[in-house]
Amino acid sequence: MSHHDQYRKLKSTFMSVLAVFCALLVVLPLILVFFYLLKMGFSSLNLNFFTKVPTAAGENGGGMANAIVGTLELMGLALIMGVPLGLLGGIFLSEHGSERTNGWIRFGADVLNGVPSIVWGMACYTLVVVPMGGYSAFAGGLALSFIMVPLVLRTTEEVLVLVPHAYREAGLALGIPHWKITVNIVLRTAFKGIVTGVLLGLGRVAGETAPILFTALGSTSWNHSLKEPIAALPIQIYYYAISPFEDQNRQAWAGALVLIVIVFLLSTSVRMISNRRKRA
Amino acid sequence: MITASNPSLPATAADLPEPKRWGDRLFKTITFLSAAMVGVGFLLVAYVLIQGAWPAIKLYGWSFLSNTHWNPVTDNYGALPFIVGTLVTSLIALLIAVPLSVGTAIFLTDLAPLWMRQPLTSVIEMLAAVPSVIWGLWGLFVLMPWLHDVPYTWLNKHFSFIPLFAGPIEGSGACILTAGIIVAIMILPIVTSVSREILRSVPDLQREAAYGLGATRWEVTRIAVLSYARRGLMGAAVLGLGRALGETMAVTMVVGNSPKIHASLLQPGWTLASVIANQFGEASGEIQRSVLYEIGLVLVGVTILVNIGALILIKSIETPGSRRT
Repeated sequence: MSHHDQYRKLKSTFMSVLAVFCALLVVLPLILVFFYLLKMGFSSLNLNFFTKVPTAAGENGGGMANAIVGTLELMGLALIMGVPLGLLGGIFLSEHGSERTNGWIRFGADVLNGVPSIVWGMACYTLVVVPMGGYSAFAGGLALSFIMVPLVLRTTEEVLVLVPHAYREAGLALGIPHWKITVNIVLRTAFKGIVTGVLLGLGRVAGETAPILFTALGSTSWNHSLKEPIAALPIQIYYYAISPFEDQNRQAWAGALVLIVIVFLLSTSVRMISNRRKRA
Repeated sequence: MITASNPSLPATAADLPEPKRWGDRLFKTITFLSAAMVGVGFLLVAYVLIQGAWPAIKLYGWSFLSNTHWNPVTDNYGALPFIVGTLVTSLIALLIAVPLSVGTAIFLTDLAPLWMRQPLTSVIEMLAAVPSVIWGLWGLFVLMPWLHDVPYTWLNKHFSFIPLFAGPIEGSGACILTAGIIVAIMILPIVTSVSREILRSVPDLQREAAYGLGATRWEVTRIAVLSYARRGLMGAAVLGLGRALGETMAVTMVVGNSPKIHASLLQPGWTLASVIANQFGEASGEIQRSVLYEIGLVLVGVTILVNIGALILIKSIETPGSRRT
């Protein structure tokens, strides 16, 4: 073997090691974040955290009960407002649209997907908060639903396209109207895929902070109306993280641990659903 | 026996009365309107931002983009510190994230043992699911103090003659470089997963041909895979850039929030998205709010252009015509 060949082999090995090293470095931050979330967050979790509302700044104790419920409420609002639009839009792309309009709509959805989420906050501030005269849970939910629509639209289309054409044709041969075929046959066949897409979208908006910062605003008490500001975990984590009080910093870690558990519960249920689909 | 001569029965299906398809038409219209909301959303954002920014646009004109002042007392506002801050943090993020992501993508498609590929992909998906505010929290309490105590102090001690690393460094470690590193971590998953898709779309024939010529593993990757996928990988990087430009919460928490332009990466700065997050809620007066809308307009304009560029680059590798690149 000549020197040159040896050099080539050595270089190849070196590059392979480098690629392994890259993969390790990519995984490292996740391990570190988990380690600290568990270490700092777990020790700060207690019953008060889940049952009490925040205390006045500087006072120890209190919890994030209202923020946990608030986050779930905001997710519900985003679901109610965002999913129907995204779902129907996805149906149009897969069942009705022509090649040309579909191209434009997909392109538009992809571009909207890349718009920084804080911009949706500004949009909802202008469209809802200013006319209604105050920050509100509704405005926050709307901002989150703007993020969900393009996500749900794209995933719905992707799963509906997978439904075999023969199913639709069988329906047509029976003389069933097209829309009933879509609702009763196509949607039902692709139901699990659609749920997966919705859960993925929810997982994404659960942790969003920027769009609700000046729409839902956050709050230190319980929310009683959609027209009132509402607390949310991400907002509470943000303010407690930059707070000068140690007890609030500690609670920020606890909140972050609860938030990541919510996000990962959503994504594991996604994985369970799609695994069952594969086996079926 | 029934014959076709009976005038009350249609002879063929074509003679049947046209079925009433109003249900179909209604359903199609509803779905079309929903899909069209994508366009409406787009116009809405444009309208809101332009309308909000109009007073500032009229007041400052183009000089807004090159003005370096940010003074709420005299209402003298310029966007340059934020534009520079955004570009520098995004550039740092790309310089760190792109090589790491492409390396990981190569590992995932060509090197890793089969059993390892799926779990590793799941781990990268989990990385993508971690919310921005949690990266910010971790950055603030774990990464930033460490960066300050170890690498920044060392850099500042030995390399402060280079303007990029000039002191004095902030006691907290909040600076442009910290923000760049956090953003790098946050764009790793998207750049990695798009790069992996791109590398997987390279036909195996390409690799086999290179092996057939006696190439080593790395030569196969370099000659047959990377050069083939170059455009798509650029698309992945540009997509990462689009995300980096818009990163908000984590950056707000570690960048230092100072509207000054410094040559040094170890000095605090501010970005377009983070100044909105920080100031919009408590903007003092109409002018400042309008200025923040204009900053939003700049941010959206730039990210949309970058994203369109990325989409075009990524799409181009999917069409057979691009093989000549």
